[in-house]
Amino acid sequence: MQDNLSIEWRPTASLENLRLRARVLAVIRSFFAERGVLEVETPILSSTTVTDPHLHSFTTCYTGPGAPQGRTLCLQTSPEFAMKRLLAAGSGPIYQMGKVFRNEEAGRRHNPEFTLLEWYRPAFDLAALMNEVEALVSLLTGAPQAERLSYADAFVRHAGINPHAATVAELKHCALIQNISGPPGLDDSDRDGWLDLLLTHVVEPQLGIERPTFIFDYPASQAALARVRPGNPALAERFELYINGIELVNGYHELGDAGEQRRRFDVDRAKRCAAGLPDILPDERLLAALQHGLPDCCGVALGVDRLLMIAAKAQAIDEVLAFPVDRV
Amino acid sequence: MATYSTNEFKSGLKIMMDNDPCSILENEFVKPGKGQAFSRVKFRNLKNGRVIERTFKSGDTVEAADVVDVEMQYLYSDGQHWHFMVPETFEQIAADAPAVEDTIKWLKEQDVCVITLWNGVPLSVMPPNTVTLKVVDTDPGLRGDTSGGGTKPATLETGAVVRVPLFVEIGDLLKVNTRTGEYLSRAKA
Repeated sequence: MQDNLSIEWRPTASLENLRLRARVLAVIRSFFAERGVLEVETPILSSTTVTDPHLHSFTTCYTGPGAPQGRTLCLQTSPEFAMKRLLAAGSGPIYQMGKVFRNEEAGRRHNPEFTLLEWYRPAFDLAALMNEVEALVSLLTGAPQAERLSYADAFVRHAGINPHAATVAELKHCALIQNISGPPGLDDSDRDGWLDLLLTHVVEPQLGIERPTFIFDYPASQAALARVRPGNPALAERFELYINGIELVNGYHELGDAGEQRRRFDVDRAKRCAAGLPDILPDERLLAALQHGLPDCCGVALGVDRLLMIAAKAQAIDEVLAFPVDRV
Repeated sequence: MATYSTNEFKSGLKIMMDNDPCSILENEFVKPGKGQAFSRVKFRNLKNGRVIERTFKSGDTVEAADVVDVEMQYLYSDGQHWHFMVPETFEQIAADAPAVEDTIKWLKEQDVCVITLWNGVPLSVMPPNTVTLKVVDTDPGLRGDTSGGGTKPATLETGAVVRVPLFVEIGDLLKVNTRTGEYLSRAKA
C-alpha cells in the first residue's frame, strides 16, 4: 500500500477561520437583503472574457449537444459583464457572491480562484457607494471611519510625486530614491507600469494603516470599465479601498457608452497583440446590452477572502482558504 | 543559457544577478487592483553574502546560475587553499580563502562539509551542524561544578573561541553547534 502519511490533505485554514467565513457570508447576505439588493447568480463559464491585458482567463472546453466539435469557454475573472446585462434588462440593484478565476495569480494575497462579492447600485454616485462599502466593511471588521484620499494626494503624501504630471524619468527617479529597483522588463513607454510599481511598492503599504483608506480619481489611462470625467487631467471615476495595505475593493462609475466600451476593448486588444497575448473577442452581448441602455449606476467588487484575512488578522490568504491552489 | 521565469521563482532557486550567483530568499507576488503584476524578490549574493531586493515584471526571465551543493570531506590546508575530496570518487577540489572565510574556525580534517560550487568553483563551505573539537586553551577548570550557570571562554583546536561551562578543561573534547557557535556538551574521547 502506498504510504499516504506525507500527503498534505488537511485544510490550511483553521476550523475557526472556516466558521468565520460562514458567519461573514451570512452577514453579507442579510446586509443586502435589508437594503433591498437582489442576489443573483450568473454563469461562471462564458463565450468570451475580459480584454484587460493584465488579466489572464482560464479556458475550458464544452463538448456535447450544440457543440459536437467542442466549444471553448472562459472561466469568469469577474461577473461584471453578465451583471451589466441584468442591469440593462431592468434588474434594479443586484449583488452576487461567487468564485472567480484569474490565471497567473498566486501569492500571499492571491489565489487563482477566489470569492468575489460584486454589487451594482443604479442611481448611486461614487460617494454614496463608498459610504455603503464603508458600512459593510465596518460591520464585518469593526474598522473605524475611513479616510478618503485622491490617487494624486496618496502619491504626493507617500511617494512625494504628482502621478498625473510626472514624466516616466521622474517616476523612475522616485523609485530609485525609494530603493526600488526598476524591473528590467518594464519599458519607458509603459507609464502606467511605472505608476503601478510605485503604487504597489511605495504607496500601498502605507494605506489603511490606522483606518481604512479610500483612493479615488485614478488616471484616465487606468479607467478599465469606469467612466472618465473630462478635465485637466481627465480622471477615471474609480475608487479602491485599502485596509492595512491590502487592496480590498474596486469600484466604478460604470461606463454605459457602447461605442466607448468597444473602443476600450480595441485598445486592450491592441495592447494584448503587442505583448504577444492571445486575442480576446469583444463581448457582443455586453455591447448590445449597453446599446439598449445601462442605467446610470455604480458598481464595486470586494475580495471576500481578503476581507476574511483582515477580520482574522491573517498574514496569508491560505489561512482563510480551506484548500489553496497548492493543495487541490 | 538556462533561464527561469518569475513563475519558477521560489526560495533556494539560484540565479545570476549583476554577474554574481545569487540564491532567492523570498519571492512576493504583488499586483494592484487593476494593472501590472510584479515579483518582488529578496536574494542573497552567494559571493559576498549581501541580501538585495529586486523587482521583476511577472513573466520576466533571469539567467540561471550553475550552482550545486556537494558533500565533500575536508582533507587539509596548505595555507593558501583548503582541500576537499568527494569520498566516493576521490575527486579533489581546492577552495580559496574567501570561500572558507566564515567556516575556517570549524574546519577539522575528515569532517564532511557541504561545498557550494559555482561553475565547478567553490563559493562557500558549510561545516557540519555539529563538530567535535579539542580544547587547547582555557582557564583552569572547576572540577565537579556541573550545575553552575557560569561560563568562560575556551579556545578550540581550530582557533574557534566558544563560551563553555566552568568545569571544562584543556584537552576536553567538546561538541559545538557551528550555526550558533554554542557549546552543546562534552564528547567522549
